[in-house]
Amino acid sequence: MSKHFFGDTTVLLGRSLRHITRSPDTIITTAIMPIAMMLMFVYVFGGAIRTGSASYVNYMLPGILLITVASGIAYTAYRLFMDMKGGIFERFQSMPTARSSVLWAHVLTSLVANLISLGVVMLVALLMGFRSGAGVLAWLSVTGILILFTLALTWIAVIPGLSAKTMEGASAFSYPLIFLPFLSSAFVPTATMPGPVRAFAENQPTTSIVNAIRALFTGQPVGTDIWVALAWCVGILVVAYVLAMRTYRRKIS
Amino acid sequence: MTTQQTPAIQVHGLEKSYKELRVLRGVNFEVARGSVFALLGSNGAGKTTAVKILSTLLKADVGTARVNGFDVATQAANVRESISLTGQFAAVDEILSGRENLVLVARLRHLKDPGKIADDLLERFSLTDAGGRKTATYSGGMRRRLDIAMSLIGDPPVIFLDEPTTGLDPQARIEVWQAVRELADRGTTVLLTTQYLDEAEQLADRIAILHEGRIIVNGTLAELKQLLPPAKVEYVEKQPTLEDVFLTLVGTKA
Repeated sequence: MSKHFFGDTTVLLGRSLRHITRSPDTIITTAIMPIAMMLMFVYVFGGAIRTGSASYVNYMLPGILLITVASGIAYTAYRLFMDMKGGIFERFQSMPTARSSVLWAHVLTSLVANLISLGVVMLVALLMGFRSGAGVLAWLSVTGILILFTLALTWIAVIPGLSAKTMEGASAFSYPLIFLPFLSSAFVPTATMPGPVRAFAENQPTTSIVNAIRALFTGQPVGTDIWVALAWCVGILVVAYVLAMRTYRRKIS
Repeated sequence: MTTQQTPAIQVHGLEKSYKELRVLRGVNFEVARGSVFALLGSNGAGKTTAVKILSTLLKADVGTARVNGFDVATQAANVRESISLTGQFAAVDEILSGRENLVLVARLRHLKDPGKIADDLLERFSLTDAGGRKTATYSGGMRRRLDIAMSLIGDPPVIFLDEPTTGLDPQARIEVWQAVRELADRGTTVLLTTQYLDEAEQLADRIAILHEGRIIVNGTLAELKQLLPPAKVEYVEKQPTLEDVFLTLVGTKA
């Protein structure tokens, strides 16, 4: 690791954070879709969905938070893609700058941007009647899971960001990720689903993550869900990181 | 470590293939310190690949290259301290202002007083008034000027300019040429690639023609001209070129 790694990462992080503050539309568009879904599910479909939970907004917020992150990382891929295309990535790589700083700055920016979007969505949920009796520890756990989840998806986003040929290609990978929470326990209990769908829903990563966050919000025991959730997040993070670094080395030797 | 006598760039037997496509097939050349060297070739001749290898962005399959005395493969960090790359597309950050772009590069080169460096360069490249504006609002020529200004930060002894005037209008082209001449006057070694013959003729001390992955000729303009039969004297009516007309009408002196 270069002796300038931290300093250079800070400088480059400042640069991409400035991008975000100058085009806050990326945060707003990231937050608008999940908010619209939340409004629709709570005020249109919610009345007909039987979840056994007193408040539907309480029930579905965890799933909405995951969708927020999944749509937010499309911008991570987009920002990286633009740097690659514009040649500024090459400029940084040909300078006496810590090389991995360029990538890490994007990853940290993704984290900051997604946390802001999550905050905005959370605020709207509160206005819509979301309430939680969770204590400090539970809130910290929720934050920790969301940070891990964001980092895992961010490293996935790095791969198309580095290798995509077109702007559409750079962000298209996020659609299945946005869709994944629908095939989980996020909006309806999995018990209502037909056999094969149920089997998929109960064993895919977002179900355990949603269940763990939901249990933390409602003050229920988290059981094994939280360990399964953490295992998924860390597993995806490690695999995505390795693949992203391999892509990176292939692009910049 | 390096003496004034060693060439700024030494390239020996450079080869690079992309899968089946052999882009460079044994490239050899040297660039003397403080000179302007033009790598001339049509699209796809391998100019950009050569520049990328010299600026440590690509690894060569075979052959060696030294820049400022450092091997690009084994002493990449030293090479990066010695060079600046101005790529084919003006690599400026569109969302930042011109001044912020300069400050960013100065910080990444770990220099003291980035603000002053930025202000000095803005002035030198007549961008002071535009310095506070987002570069997305700049014209092609202004972007290129800023791009070159970014490359000068830290006074690297060797500068690579990859097709610096492609896509620019004639005025902007002259502005860039002016900037390159100033660099040469200050003793910076410049390697530029171009597909424009007149650009090489205008700027370069030596010209090498890269064709199908090999350097087919390498010499001064006078030497290259001697490769053809001696000049015949012909009397031709001196017509202004369209470029002369255009530049006169829009009021810029070449």
